[in-house]
Amino acid sequence: MLSNEALEKIDIELAKYPDNRQRSAIMSALRIAQSEKGWLSHELVGYVADYLKIPPVQALEVATFYGMYNLKPVGKYKLTVCTNLPCALSGGVDAALYLKERLGVGFNETTADGMYTLKEGECMGACGDAPVILVNNHKMCSFMTTEAIEKKLAELQ
Amino acid sequence: MAIYQSGVIFENVDTKNPDCWTLDSYLNRGGYTALKKILNEKITQESIIADMKTSGLRGRGGAGFPTGLKWSFMPRTLEGQKYIVCNSDEGEPGTFKDRDIMAFNPHSLIEGMIIAGYSISASVGYNYIHGEIFEIYERFEAALSEAREAGFLGKDIQGSGFDFELYAHHGYGAYICGEETALLDSLEGKKGQPRFKPPFPASYGLYGRPTTINNTESLASVPFILRDGAQVFQDKGVPNGGGTKLFSVSGHVNRPGNYEIPLGTPFTKLLEMAGGMRDGKKLKAVIPGGSSAPLLPASIMLECNMDFDSIAKAGSMLGSGGVIIMNEDVCMVKALERLAYFYHEESCGQCTPCREGTGWLYEIIHRIENGEGRINDLELLDSIGNQMAGRTICALADAAVFPVRSFIKHFRDEFEYHIEHKKCMVSHKWC
Repeated sequence: MLSNEALEKIDIELAKYPDNRQRSAIMSALRIAQSEKGWLSHELVGYVADYLKIPPVQALEVATFYGMYNLKPVGKYKLTVCTNLPCALSGGVDAALYLKERLGVGFNETTADGMYTLKEGECMGACGDAPVILVNNHKMCSFMTTEAIEKKLAELQ
Repeated sequence: MAIYQSGVIFENVDTKNPDCWTLDSYLNRGGYTALKKILNEKITQESIIADMKTSGLRGRGGAGFPTGLKWSFMPRTLEGQKYIVCNSDEGEPGTFKDRDIMAFNPHSLIEGMIIAGYSISASVGYNYIHGEIFEIYERFEAALSEAREAGFLGKDIQGSGFDFELYAHHGYGAYICGEETALLDSLEGKKGQPRFKPPFPASYGLYGRPTTINNTESLASVPFILRDGAQVFQDKGVPNGGGTKLFSVSGHVNRPGNYEIPLGTPFTKLLEMAGGMRDGKKLKAVIPGGSSAPLLPASIMLECNMDFDSIAKAGSMLGSGGVIIMNEDVCMVKALERLAYFYHEESCGQCTPCREGTGWLYEIIHRIENGEGRINDLELLDSIGNQMAGRTICALADAAVFPVRSFIKHFRDEFEYHIEHKKCMVSHKWC
């Protein structure tokens, strides 16, 4: 279900932990699987669990506990906007409202063309750079004014 | 962009230089000299721990526990594996300092962790990095590769016979993992839910082995303390809190960012460094130590110094050093509603008072904000707070109650006005 490249990345993570503690690699293994497939289906979670030789339920409870795993399909680009208090004071809420109108979707919704999913985020630890938007979990975009959002959307095609 | 004053961790770090994070840059700034000295001169663990105590370094993650004392709790002579873990799961609203330490000066943290490992007989360390900062995780991995290649990590470091390996672990979006025992469970590949204490991590930590957990900023301060001197560090601060501290200033200021300043610096000076109030607006209130610290009104805050005792005396906590600045346009009900939502979202669900209580706090503040508040809602919030604080495994419930109590204590009139008139007392603008 996963490419050799993804499995090699999981092996690198596995090597960080002591023998018989492969359960520790589940968070990164699920991240790597999600990066390749876009979201975590139950089959994929089960596959990753088998690869690590842990019971599927141990993988599923991690997938459902941590907020950055996608348990449903998402658009090509998942945009997560922080609207927590410090960000709100520097335009976080305004950025989220702008994106809602611009994309015509609410939080946890995907545009009809399947391009963008909009999410509301909690503290990303970057309050000084507000408004902050995270693209597909791994690329953080700072100071996202209206102009900066438009520029970013033009790049994300 | 973050701005710094020369201090301890950011001393001579040119954050505008894209290579400032590299090993070469760190070595040019005197990096790894503390570690080399310790290994060459075979300085004893006892002597290092004594220095850490002299430095007056108090944990920079929020609780302010003395780092040297924490290290001394480790059963160093006990046989078997022991661990040093760094808590870089920085998700406390208002706090963004550890991210910049790892972005601009990751080797200070690596050196600090190696020295910590040496001092507590731990041969393996993990740095648990906040989920949302994947690029920083990659940066830290790159710095680890450099350190490994240069022989600062691995077997027989610098020919000393000391072995130490360090790994980065990436979180994936759970505020609760900043609680140290939740972090340990998360490192073990479980849901991050806090453990009962005792046993404390020093006796039963990662994989059930003795473990010390320190914050990123604490560990990144270690090389300076052992190179320039524990007393030099202590003297930079105040008697009950040595050294400089990174303050993350966010909200209605002209220059949000991180400021590394001596503990004891007046708040007014910090505000001035951050460029003063944006658009010349009036300061209304400040959360001085991350969102879990009680809010203080401007009149009290303007008299405070930025150190543990001064902020505690004023009725709040220095916490993580996340300083959230709010101007006169902020409706306190609306601001509190957003924080209450956060704690409700992030409660791990393990303890009933927190799982249910955070939901009730949010529901009630939400209805007040939406003009559906009831006359006894403020008493109800107080009563729910009493049933939450101190009745759970970890401090998240307390952290959810602190803002509610302090917002209502200092701005009760705004909450009463909202209930009575079904609208904000101030004409609310976020920014």
